[in-house]
Amino acid sequence: MKRRDFLKSTAVFVSGAVVSMSALELLDPGEVLAQNPELRWGFLVDTLKCVGCGMCVKACKIENDIPLDANVTRTWVERYVITKDGKVNADTPKGALNGFTSKLIDQNASGMKKIPDEDITQAFFVPKLCNQCSTPACVQVCPVGATYQTADGVVLVDRTWCIGCGYCIMGCPYGVRFFHPVAKVADKCTFCYHRISNGGNSACAQACPFGARQIGNLRDPNDPVAKAVLNQRVGVLRAEYGTKPNVYYIGLSKEVH
Amino acid sequence: MVEQLAPMLVHGEIWTVKDLFVLPNEYVYWAIQIVLYPYMTGLVAGAFVLSSLYHVFGVEKLKEIARFALVFSFALLPVAMLPLLLHLMQPLRGINVLMTPHFTSAISAFGIVFMAYACIVAAEIWFVYREFIVSSIHRLSAKTDRSAYEGILLRIYKLISLGAMDTSKKALGADHKAVKFLAGLGIPVACFLHGYAGFIFGSVKANALWMTPLMPVIFICSAVVSGIALCIVCYYLFMGLRKWAARRGKNYFLPDGIAHGSSVVDYDHLRSVQEHEVKMTSKYLLIFMTLALTLEALDMIFRGYTAVKSWDILRNVLFEHDYVNIFILQYGIGNILPFIMLLIPGVTVRRAALASILVLFGVFMMRWNVVIGGQAFSLTFNGFMHYHMPIIPHDIETFKEGLGGALLVAVSPFVIFYFLNMIFPAFLVDKEEAHH
Ligand code: SF4
Ligand code: SF4
Repeated sequence: MKRRDFLKSTAVFVSGAVVSMSALELLDPGEVLAQNPELRWGFLVDTLKCVGCGMCVKACKIENDIPLDANVTRTWVERYVITKDGKVNADTPKGALNGFTSKLIDQNASGMKKIPDEDITQAFFVPKLCNQCSTPACVQVCPVGATYQTADGVVLVDRTWCIGCGYCIMGCPYGVRFFHPVAKVADKCTFCYHRISNGGNSACAQACPFGARQIGNLRDPNDPVAKAVLNQRVGVLRAEYGTKPNVYYIGLSKEVH
Repeated sequence: MVEQLAPMLVHGEIWTVKDLFVLPNEYVYWAIQIVLYPYMTGLVAGAFVLSSLYHVFGVEKLKEIARFALVFSFALLPVAMLPLLLHLMQPLRGINVLMTPHFTSAISAFGIVFMAYACIVAAEIWFVYREFIVSSIHRLSAKTDRSAYEGILLRIYKLISLGAMDTSKKALGADHKAVKFLAGLGIPVACFLHGYAGFIFGSVKANALWMTPLMPVIFICSAVVSGIALCIVCYYLFMGLRKWAARRGKNYFLPDGIAHGSSVVDYDHLRSVQEHEVKMTSKYLLIFMTLALTLEALDMIFRGYTAVKSWDILRNVLFEHDYVNIFILQYGIGNILPFIMLLIPGVTVRRAALASILVLFGVFMMRWNVVIGGQAFSLTFNGFMHYHMPIIPHDIETFKEGLGGALLVAVSPFVIFYFLNMIFPAFLVDKEEAHH
């Protein structure tokens, strides 16, 4: 037997064995898609472009039926003001629903803090949203499986099955979850799954006048988001929790977690 | 329209006050009911362990309080589930946990473990009281002028006897063995039940205060402590009540007397039994308290020594934000003080009961400091959340998650015990012994 023939027959045998073995398993279409991935939603935030106008927050609330006056939000923008003494002052009044219109830092119960312009060394904005983690803590802890991950990587909540225990809210290291004030179940950003699954853009990315937010397919080498993640220096939030987040940030600073 | 004009309050907003940099969705989502949940579960587990000390290890001196602890543990059982249900935003869907349990979640199997445990306790009670049930059936059947109450009682006994009327020596011996086996099986299950509750918190990696592998062990120790303390306190109270009632012949305070067939409760006998039992039990209390305290100290020292990133905010919570709650109320009044009270020689029943009340308070504060304290700081590590428990309810949510709901949970076991005690007299004394 020639070497080539041997290799060939081995390959035939092995693939035949694999086929017959896999025939014994029940194939779940979702699993197949996850193993042969063509689509994995990801998100790119360019913090250098964000001006803190809050258009994304407003657009998100309107698109996803989160009451505007309720103090919860699927996405928000944080402001960081760093002073000469190295102190970090951060705030996010109403999640920046109305943008940052005042120079005063909102310290909640401690009132509004004024920082003299000349003391400021740098100031910037950081938008936040659900990271649609690859190993999501929220899915792990949901006792009834109401929070689940789709094959293309988005984590969703089944509003008809959630018992409202709040364990996922406690489990998420990013604080993106909350109880929907009307539906009375856990709620969070879905990357506008209803839109992106139908060829649309997420409401926040569409609303951002400066292109600071972009959604894309991380598995498509020609996708602008995938390209940026590959070619640029990007960071993710709180990698130490091991949730493998899929929202990438350009210009992430050490003060931001 | 009116509703639309009122600002829309989200869950948690009403009792949370944010300070400094806190994320928009952060609130104290797990409030008083989740404080009570491990507290009640702990009492159930602890009371059961106390009763098992007698049944399994044959600590003869604990005989009377063991029976009481067993029945009381059963009365506490349904109440351990109550806080969870009250806490759910969708309580009617609670059953989903049993329908589609998602086993990667630490809560999912709680229902199953809980029910397994309930079955063990129920079975043990049945074996312990079988002889009594059968003799009651005979006695009540023989009676011609049964009162309405006795008639109902007879029916209940007939039902729960399950037709097992054999009280031969052999059958009773088998009962005895079964009790021993169930009590033995019950200890690991009770510990598991409560260690599990600890795991629910200890495994939340997003929470810097909760995440520690020691959490289940700490929970188990403090559970046993609280269970024993509760038994001492209730034993003291109920015995006091019985002594008082026995002297005045107020039989409605002695519901089990009717089941006994006589309401004769010997005052002096009660007194001596109580002295003996309480003193003995408080020794066990001391042992478990030492264990619980050591573990908690270890946890804190370890965190301080390793001082990872979260230590800055934790130190702030422990030593400033929650200082009074943790060091004064929990450790000072709830641990050290009763510890000394029990150590000083010549423990009287009253002193032991008083110390036990403090211990109960201490364990409650521990649960509070874990659950509420764990949510006292923001994920940003740069802000705080203060919790203000709703006192006066103005809607169903502020009742459930407020003082009203807490009291409801606290009172229920006593109500259940009152009725349970009519069927399974918890203060039953074996006949031979009563004549000693
Ligand atoms: S960011 Fe939080 S809610 Fe979103 S997938 Fe990750 S763990 Fe879940
Ligand atoms: S609140 Fe709902 S989605 Fe979240 S863990 Fe509980 S049941 Fe699951």
